[in-house]
Amino acid sequence: MVHLYKFDDMNIVLDVFSGAIHLVDEVAFEIISMYEEKSKDEIKEYILDKYKDDETVTSEDLDECFENIEGLISEGKLFAPDKYEKIAKNFKMKNFTIKALCLHVAHVCNLSCAYCFASQGKYKGDRALMSYEVGKQAIDFLIANSGTHKNLDIDFFGGEPLMNFDVVKQLVAYGRQVEKENGKNIRFTLTTNGINLDADVIDFLNKEMHNVVLSLDGRKEVNDRFRVDYSGNGSYDRIVPKFQDFVEKRGDKSYYLRGTYTHHNVDFVNDIKHMLDLGFNELSMEPVVCKPEEESALTNEDLPILFKQYEDLAHLMIERNRAGKPFTFYHYMISLTGGPCIYKRVTGCGSGTEYLAVTPWGELFPCHQFVGKPEFSMGNVYDGVTNTELRDEFAKTNVYSRKECENCWAKLYCAGGCAANSFNSTGSINGVYEYGCELFRKRIECAIAVKLAEYRDSAK
Amino acid sequence: MERIVTIDTRDLNKGCGECQTSCQSACKTSCGVANQACE
Repeated sequence: MVHLYKFDDMNIVLDVFSGAIHLVDEVAFEIISMYEEKSKDEIKEYILDKYKDDETVTSEDLDECFENIEGLISEGKLFAPDKYEKIAKNFKMKNFTIKALCLHVAHVCNLSCAYCFASQGKYKGDRALMSYEVGKQAIDFLIANSGTHKNLDIDFFGGEPLMNFDVVKQLVAYGRQVEKENGKNIRFTLTTNGINLDADVIDFLNKEMHNVVLSLDGRKEVNDRFRVDYSGNGSYDRIVPKFQDFVEKRGDKSYYLRGTYTHHNVDFVNDIKHMLDLGFNELSMEPVVCKPEEESALTNEDLPILFKQYEDLAHLMIERNRAGKPFTFYHYMISLTGGPCIYKRVTGCGSGTEYLAVTPWGELFPCHQFVGKPEFSMGNVYDGVTNTELRDEFAKTNVYSRKECENCWAKLYCAGGCAANSFNSTGSINGVYEYGCELFRKRIECAIAVKLAEYRDSAK
Repeated sequence: MERIVTIDTRDLNKGCGECQTSCQSACKTSCGVANQACE
């Protein structure tokens, strides 16, 4: 399967099953687009007629182009066959090791964001803080079930994790102790709304956190529409100076300023530009996750606007790269030579198998977006994964288990998509959140285009 | 004339699990498997 598309003056050919990418001219673009449907003679006749006024397009020249195409096919870089279905079916079922936990250290929050998928941090349950004992047991559970994995990830999440900062500090200290004893490398990460950031917290996070996600939606009026406290006051003026202080002291360690865009700011590139103006350059903006009837929900009418926004964002990145003022946008971060292997691409993020969320009480869920849905309880940190039937269901969910993905060119970039988004939109983790697919395909096209623009600039 | 330029990419046809879990990076609600680096 190949995917052909144009971006600015680039003709791009993506070979789905080899991962190869080709930059081609108009003639080759047309030949490849017809290659599987028409004979060589038919294609040549059509091209020679269409380009009869172009003296560079000759019969001999087209023969050479066909030779190149046939060479790429024999090298497995064009129209490569799909050999991966067996891998997808067997890989996750072979062994069940865990490499990442999302620790819900606080089911409380000091903001009351209207669009919060976690229902203002409580996940439709009681307010609670995780105790050190539960967190310690979670780390022991991770180490004991991590098999040969060396790199382990622990994310402090909520609610607002900094509302349980003392326990966060204790758990990091414990993690540092047991990683040495067990030959592991624990990467701690934390997501915060910024309200409780102060000098001590900033110093600690900059010392211990592999990555920190800072929540800001962009422009003041956009951020303060939804990100408000319990009195309805916006958070922008309180958190922006703290985030700027944090990033200034962060050095070269990674962070993401992460926003949510909704129906009310489909012009989200203006929020990206605002973040850049504030001095941030590691950015992420994600579409809101909510029920279709909610006021923040994205609509079908928003889609063409969002597509154009993603193109504008790609142009902004290309322009700033050329001007020596680069920034990163999480969903455009792809490595053409060092991206994920085929196992990751067919099986996805690992939710429910190698990635689990832990509630303040130690209950296990497939990921942070399933917390609060009792039917997705998988066990607890003391007894381990007891709902093996549910675990197996997640293990069998992959890009080949979704019929809708069969003919999608982007399937080895999304691995079938997010199980939680699928469940929320279709009622099944094996469903497909088609709106998300539309956005995803556009993002990948733009991300590849940014990379190819970099390639062309460096080749000049 | 050269009508096709092949870009250097990882050959998918050519599993250690050391890469970071994507949700731990930044994509709390929109999966970023494609955005992970091999480790």
